[in-house]
Amino acid sequence: MSGTVKKGYARPLDLKHGRVDLSHGGGGRAMVQLITELFANHLGNEYLAQGNDGTVLPIGTSHGPGRLVVSTDSHVVSPLFFPGGDIGCLSVHGTVNDVAVMGATPLYLTAGFILEEGFPLADLARIVTSMARAAADAGVKLVAGDTKVVEQGKGDGVFITTTGVGFLPEGVCLGGDQARPGDAVLVSGHIGDHGVAIMGRRENLSFDAPIQSDTAALNGLTAAMLASGARLRLMRDPTRGGLAATLNEIAHQSGVGIHLDEAAIPVRPEVEAACELLGLDPLNIANEGKLIAVCAAEDADALLGAMRAHPQGRDATRIGRVTDDPNRFVQMTTRLGGRRMVDWLAGEQLPRIC
Amino acid sequence: MKYVDEFRDGEIAKNIAAHIAAEADPARRYAFMEFCGGHTHAISRYGVPDLLPANVRMVHGPGCPVCVLPIGRIDQVIRLATQRNVIVCTYADTLRVPASDNLSLMRAKARGGDIRMVYSVADALKVARDNPGREVMFFAIGFETTTPPTAVAILQARAEGLKNFSALCCHVLTPPAMRHLLDAPPIPGTPAEDLAGFVGPAHVSTVIGSRPYEFVAADYGKPVVIAGFEPLDVMQAILMLIRQVNQGRAEVENEFTRAVTREGNLKAQGLVNEVLELRESFEWRGLGQVPFSALRIRDAYGEFDAERRFDMPYQAVADNKACECGAILRGEKRPVDCKIFGTVCTPENPVGSCMVSSEGACAAHYTYGRYRDEVAA
Amino acid sequence: MCLAIPARVVEIADNDQAVVDLGGVKKDVSLALVEDVRVGDYVIVHVGYALTRLDPEEAHKTLALMAEAGLNPEAA
Repeated sequence: MSGTVKKGYARPLDLKHGRVDLSHGGGGRAMVQLITELFANHLGNEYLAQGNDGTVLPIGTSHGPGRLVVSTDSHVVSPLFFPGGDIGCLSVHGTVNDVAVMGATPLYLTAGFILEEGFPLADLARIVTSMARAAADAGVKLVAGDTKVVEQGKGDGVFITTTGVGFLPEGVCLGGDQARPGDAVLVSGHIGDHGVAIMGRRENLSFDAPIQSDTAALNGLTAAMLASGARLRLMRDPTRGGLAATLNEIAHQSGVGIHLDEAAIPVRPEVEAACELLGLDPLNIANEGKLIAVCAAEDADALLGAMRAHPQGRDATRIGRVTDDPNRFVQMTTRLGGRRMVDWLAGEQLPRIC
Repeated sequence: MKYVDEFRDGEIAKNIAAHIAAEADPARRYAFMEFCGGHTHAISRYGVPDLLPANVRMVHGPGCPVCVLPIGRIDQVIRLATQRNVIVCTYADTLRVPASDNLSLMRAKARGGDIRMVYSVADALKVARDNPGREVMFFAIGFETTTPPTAVAILQARAEGLKNFSALCCHVLTPPAMRHLLDAPPIPGTPAEDLAGFVGPAHVSTVIGSRPYEFVAADYGKPVVIAGFEPLDVMQAILMLIRQVNQGRAEVENEFTRAVTREGNLKAQGLVNEVLELRESFEWRGLGQVPFSALRIRDAYGEFDAERRFDMPYQAVADNKACECGAILRGEKRPVDCKIFGTVCTPENPVGSCMVSSEGACAAHYTYGRYRDEVAA
Repeated sequence: MCLAIPARVVEIADNDQAVVDLGGVKKDVSLALVEDVRVGDYVIVHVGYALTRLDPEEAHKTLALMAEAGLNPEAA
């Protein structure tokens, strides 16, 4: 026994084999250690380093005249790790995108973690590094955070809530109530990937060409779209409820109808096949790296050009138009040449046998 | 997807539509019943009515196994889950059907009932193997397509010596339901009044064959054309029905020759016969008691029969008074004829089962077709 | 009334199990209800069970019938 342990030595977190326990949420030294060695280590920056109860941000002084955009999202996805992503990057992308589709530049994020006692620290480390990478890629900084621990059995491993803050310059006025009859409706790429990546895992489907979640930050794409000069009315990301829910929301908010062309809606063949097997409709399935845009019809080509020039918009295409409809229906010309409504679902989409 | 996409081709649809328009006699009105809920769904989902001339109309039938489940059966399952602590395994379709006391299986689950959605009865067997200390009950619904898997599962449970697995057998039969409908006197002014023929179910027929429908032509003089599941199949079947009507024929024809033969799947039929037998009578939502229209588990496999195992007698419960599911299932009314359609009764708050199942006439119309009501209004 | 879809058999295992492929997606199914199924056959799958084999020749005949431009001689 050498007895030469350095003064002030503190045993580091066992990120390989350790697990979250109740002390990590207790506000004491164990929690500080978790924050310092894991969260701040990967997500730290000059704002987080302020180390106070509230973080002071320079918004309003460094960006010129404009407004703030704020958005918040909670993430409870299961499984936590799925093909193409995990709850960490998903929580960054989701909130970044909600800010970006308003036409704002996302700047700052906060993150609240609810951890379940017993959750492996190795998995938490994976999630946190994934968040850090996603935030860096999107150019946003994590400026405040919180951690709580609940007893085993009372949480699904980890829940994450992120809030995003962005800067919206004067003159940009996008909104769900801005769509006008005659406008073009565009989508930035293939729909249904995220939901099928998750459900396929759950239902034990295996894929030749594996379907990955499309989770991605879209602020680069939205910036390119705003710079294109097209008269953009709104952008929105079709997450829960899929394309159908989002288009119905827009139709209701704007007091218009929407008419889609089924043959124009991009769906990967494997996504379509998985939906057939499970009895699901791709229009109702969540997307985490796509957006819908509505613009003046004459500007659609220019907007599509700008989108396709960007990696997140290569497969962007026009899928329909806004119509004058007091009933605010979303309708579609089917591949067969008939017509049907695209309604939003009452609840969660469930696979059917009938 | 091979053998799927080809049967959804828009160009061929136009071709068949042109034939239908050319051959439908403008002096006649043609009303055909698509018995099967899967066809109801396909017709709505692809907008087939837009490709038919105004004098060719489709009438919805009762071939939706969820729609014809009486409230009392859902109550039985809810009681098992909430009062007897049984793990209930069910196909997703049943979860939202409204039952007594403002409950459904989904709501019972929210109140602590261990109710699990399965894609296949094989998953239910797995739950039983994984939970040897608990009773596991499979809610066996469906027409003849879904029945053989249940029989296979029970045989497998017997072979494995599973002691905690049972099924609540609510499997129903297509031909007796068709006969029941045909026996009812047609009510003037209803969609089913001038019913000229049937589009026969696709996948039921792969199991039972085309022979069991021959009585419809022989005894009632109405043509039946068995149609595949895709929209082109349905349209081709409609064309074949129009031809039969025009030529004064009443035969059973098969459009779905790639999967249906006259005799059907004898192996599947044999397995079903081994495990299940006819019930003398069974209550159908909307049709009331229908003789020899459903199956129960034979005595030889009695230990797998949930009704015996849990001593759960069936109690009939009346439908909501405003609910017109019954009339709609019989083809006497259309969804829009129901006073609460789309107002009190919606997919978010279904009052009757026709609004729950994606194949129910009301759900199909609400979800896919209600824009037509606005146009007509 | 029942959601069923044709898929190609790509692998046959013991115990009446098989793997089918639909558009690049693979799934395990049971062959307990069918006989003489070989790799390469198409089967109609419902709730995890193959119900019957699909006859490719009949499929082609049906499609040809649907696509034909000629008229039925009995039609007016």
